Amino acid sequence: MKHFVKGFVAATALASVVVAGSVFAQEPVRGGTLITVLGSNPRNLNPAVQSGIVTGYPGAQLFAAPLRYDENWDPQPYLAESWSVSEDGLKVTLNLVKGATFHDGHPITSSDVAFSLKVIQENHPFKSMFAPVTSVDTPDEHTAVLNLSQPHPGIMLAMSGQLMAIIPEHIYGDGQNPKSHPRNTVDVVGSGPFKLVEFKSGEHIILERYDGFFMEGRPYLDKIVMRIITDPAARAIAYENGEVHMGAFESQPRIINRLKEAEGLTVTADGYGAIGPLDWLAINTSKGPLADKRVRQAIAYSIDKNFIHNAIMQGAAKDAKTGIHPDSPFYEADVNDYALDLDKANALLDEAGYPRGDDDMRFGVTIDFGWPGVKPNVEYVKAALKKAGIDVTVRASADFPTWAKRMGTMDFDLSWDTVFNWGDPVIGVHRTYLSSNIAKGVWSNTQGYSNARVDELLGMAAEEQDPAKRKALYSEFQKIVNDEVPLYFTNALPYHTVYSDKVGNPPIGIWGTSTPIDMTYLKE
Amino acid sequence: MSLLRTIVVRIAYATILLVAVLVLNFSLLHLAPGDVADTISQSMGGADQELLNEIRADYGLDQPFLVQLGRYIGNVLRFDLGHSFFYNQPVTKLILERMPATLLLVVCAQLLALFVGVILGVYSARHPNGPVSHFVTFFALFGYSAPVFWTGILLLIGFSLNVHWFPVAGMRDVTIEGGFWVHFIDIARHLVLPTITLASIFLALYSRLSRATMMEVLGSDYVRTAKAKGLSEREVVYKHALKNSLSPVITLAGLQFSAVISGAVLVETVFSWPGLGTLAFQSIIARDTPTILGILFFSALVVIVGNLLTDLALRLVDPRVGSKG
Repeated sequence: MKHFVKGFVAATALASVVVAGSVFAQEPVRGGTLITVLGSNPRNLNPAVQSGIVTGYPGAQLFAAPLRYDENWDPQPYLAESWSVSEDGLKVTLNLVKGATFHDGHPITSSDVAFSLKVIQENHPFKSMFAPVTSVDTPDEHTAVLNLSQPHPGIMLAMSGQLMAIIPEHIYGDGQNPKSHPRNTVDVVGSGPFKLVEFKSGEHIILERYDGFFMEGRPYLDKIVMRIITDPAARAIAYENGEVHMGAFESQPRIINRLKEAEGLTVTADGYGAIGPLDWLAINTSKGPLADKRVRQAIAYSIDKNFIHNAIMQGAAKDAKTGIHPDSPFYEADVNDYALDLDKANALLDEAGYPRGDDDMRFGVTIDFGWPGVKPNVEYVKAALKKAGIDVTVRASADFPTWAKRMGTMDFDLSWDTVFNWGDPVIGVHRTYLSSNIAKGVWSNTQGYSNARVDELLGMAAEEQDPAKRKALYSEFQKIVNDEVPLYFTNALPYHTVYSDKVGNPPIGIWGTSTPIDMTYLKE
Repeated sequence: MSLLRTIVVRIAYATILLVAVLVLNFSLLHLAPGDVADTISQSMGGADQELLNEIRADYGLDQPFLVQLGRYIGNVLRFDLGHSFFYNQPVTKLILERMPATLLLVVCAQLLALFVGVILGVYSARHPNGPVSHFVTFFALFGYSAPVFWTGILLLIGFSLNVHWFPVAGMRDVTIEGGFWVHFIDIARHLVLPTITLASIFLALYSRLSRATMMEVLGSDYVRTAKAKGLSEREVVYKHALKNSLSPVITLAGLQFSAVISGAVLVETVFSWPGLGTLAFQSIIARDTPTILGILFFSALVVIVGNLLTDLALRLVDPRVGSKG
């Protein structure tokens, strides 16, 4: 009898293991309400006129783009069921899904695509996305042909994620300024998998499955609740006690490491390759000693990157050696590491003609920072450069606009900065290096960097249609920039996505939450 | 008659004060480098100069300072607080949407602090050297000196994480469905921790003050007379002494009304309470001038009305106040 019981228990246990195993392998389940969290209050839900990660998450659920990307950086059909690029690269043809409708039942047509593109060209901050597009032909309701003035491979990524929201012409074409259109926050009529139920500023956004969505059987979730919780510590507690199923863009190393140890939660740095956030030390290459490449290299050799990675980032951030995110296929890892070498730094500074003075210092510079989170980095740079004889004064800014003004007008020597790649290098990378983009506001070429070969390489890469040749051009560009140090690259910003065991198919592709989460589901 | 005149004079002063507040705030905000175009570009991940200029032109930020100021004052006098740059909504709507949440939190916290504070104060005045009195003193000072964001996080860790009694953030659970009472209980549960956190600052003030005044009053002649008459201890304390010791507490409570919105900023931020405090915080960060000015205007209004009400309340408790003025 005893044996029988044991055997029975064992059999039951085995059966439950098998069942559990099959649950994991199971097809996604329909239904359920996913509770997620936003770290700040979006000002607008329309990604055609408002960029940024906060609008991106609800925006990509409300509005569909022509394309979407898989985790291998390959484009996949979305609102465009197929597409083609002409031999000369000057015509991009999109064949739209037939029968697709907006949330109010109006059909999505090629003229909506043409309209959306025009709105984006006129209002979206990333002008380089569609700058070469001269016109859009609409031979029939389901075909849109984009005519380009030059080949523009970057357009593929620009047509995915949150970057090219297809918005309804019959709503936004009423003559009002699209940037401040009332329907950007209220009664939003979108084209994506979820429709807006309610947006309470400062409180929450509620989205509901759109039953007429053009992809059969999707989305899996019935509802998404996005709670707006601005305090990172409160968000961490909400993940831990299960009040929230999922959240993204957590960037505080201490909180990330704490959540990694919490039971029932997965914390991952995957899913940020296309958004591509990078931390770096910006150097004003037009000012005094900093104009000398050797001085900038000496600064790089004086800073111990390991200290930043281990002590400040507490192991949460990936190394980044160039201005392209390490997850990008264009990333070039074979560049100088600038491992800590004070002898080399001192030699370079002597060579550049800046000997140590009586106080053991060579010259003084200032360092700026725009938000409190990076103060430790700045304080560390001050301490590190002192060893090489560079006297650094930390200059705080009252708030972001104060700092942005200083950066935009190049009123700084050194500054900590965080800049995003935003998909294709044409969108978020070129702006930092092109000599034609010097001092055009914050996050332009605020370093005053100018190199004819870099300009040439970026110009060629923007038009090169062959992926291998394009990669080679970007590789050469990264090597030059790494050598000339207009920026000292330290790490990728440690953005992490947190999700509970209940969440299936979390959004950890290249666009993170800036892409539809129509495949995400809640396990039984 | 004198009451009416006081009110009229007060309102006249208040109007002048409000305009001064507006001009001063507007000028101060204008002095700061950078503007909302920068923060909009931040929220967008960068924008070129052309777009920045366009945003500035859209919001009239390219106009000379005096033109902007004049326009703003003109609008306010027509009861129009303007349009939020950052949220693309009328400021009045934003404020009115957020106000109920803040009022709920602040009134609950004030009532809790007053009620518990006075009870603790009276009790420790009657037993000034007892263990409870020392505990009250310690507890009050602790609550007063601990920063509210810290108290808030501590309460969250204790009562939301370790034991799941109360929710972490927000004012309601949007997934809950049911009638009035279901929602009532839901909001009440969300209200508990923020209320205790906000009350912890004021509790200290009220309990210390009522303890001190109560001790003073308990030593006075008329209390001794009352006791001599043979009235019970309870009657002496709660009928005679308490009423007389309350007026400083009420004055303080009225004055604290001004501190209420500033205190709410931190508490609301920690608990993601969707009130004016979070709005104030976010619009300062965003340099959303019309919203900041609107909230400041509103706070000034609250303070002025609060002071007026305090005066009236004092007249009720202590009739001598009115006869002097």
